[in-house]
Amino acid sequence: MAKGKSIEHIIDKSWCKGCGICVHFCPKQVLELNSDEKAVAARPEDCIGCKLCELRCPDLAIQIIVKEGE
Amino acid sequence: MSDTEFDVKKYIRAQFFPQMWCPGCGHGTVMGALLRAIHDLGLDNNDVSVISGIGCSSRISGYLDFNTAHTMHGRALPTATGVKLANPNLKVIVPFGDGDSTAIGGNHFIHACRRNIDITAIVMNNRIYGMTGGQYSPMSGCGVKASTAPYGVPDRSFDLMELAKGAGATFVARTTVYHAKEAQNTIKKAIEHKGFSVVEILSMCPTQFGRKNKAGEAPQMMEWYKDNTVPMGSKKLADNPDLIQRGVFVDEVAPEYCETYQENVIDKVMKKG
Repeated sequence: MAKGKSIEHIIDKSWCKGCGICVHFCPKQVLELNSDEKAVAARPEDCIGCKLCELRCPDLAIQIIVKEGE
Repeated sequence: MSDTEFDVKKYIRAQFFPQMWCPGCGHGTVMGALLRAIHDLGLDNNDVSVISGIGCSSRISGYLDFNTAHTMHGRALPTATGVKLANPNLKVIVPFGDGDSTAIGGNHFIHACRRNIDITAIVMNNRIYGMTGGQYSPMSGCGVKASTAPYGVPDRSFDLMELAKGAGATFVARTTVYHAKEAQNTIKKAIEHKGFSVVEILSMCPTQFGRKNKAGEAPQMMEWYKDNTVPMGSKKLADNPDLIQRGVFVDEVAPEYCETYQENVIDKVMKKG
């Protein structure tokens, strides 16, 4: 995880359709699809908080909350 | 400008989610970019009106918690013109598909451009009629496979930027769903622009277009936009002139229709009594 940041991944599993866009484009391979084909943050400690997954998610199912200096 | 954190739930009718678009449909990404642009501008939900026509993309109006109307196929712009003339203070946004805007509503599209009425048109271009079974649209392009073109589309496609420019739109821009942040910023500029704005967002339909054209799943189709589009005036464009250009093609000032209508019609009629 980026220094001095706390990052929370909120993924609404009932909205996620498992298209895999977030997983494919994550620059740090933080996300994965689970056995139900839903996105999960498998390696949250690697997240840099770029929010590319949130911006591209067609289902508006991802929310990344970045808190500085904690 | 808004200084609060973006909360998608403020702008949507969450009871209708998950939305009905197929997994990986680019239209949802456009919806996200639109909502973020509205948030960036600090607009109140009551100050925005979203009018759509018919098609997969046009389902967007049902999901957004603004003053919305879901109208007839191709007729979103006439309805939006009426809304804007009746209440010029509203920010009127028309998100529609490539078929809805350039085929069925092609006539309305060119005349809205010509009048330069202060409406933001967002063309969610997935190059196919998704909802009705994958027929080809005027934006599919030569050689593309569709349910109505099993041997490939014989027609040339429109260049929407040239069409909008030629018809008189005063803000014309293109971006893609891969470039989601760029899409957000472009929509923001388009809403701020006074006059008719056209934003073409290259979107993807993995179900109809993707399968027939062996374009892969949603991430691969998104990747295609990364590899095959290029910013205007860039070095990459000079090296590869055949790539699709992104950017703002037109941004100019011209008399806006609501104002000219007020001056040339309403004021004169009121004076006459």
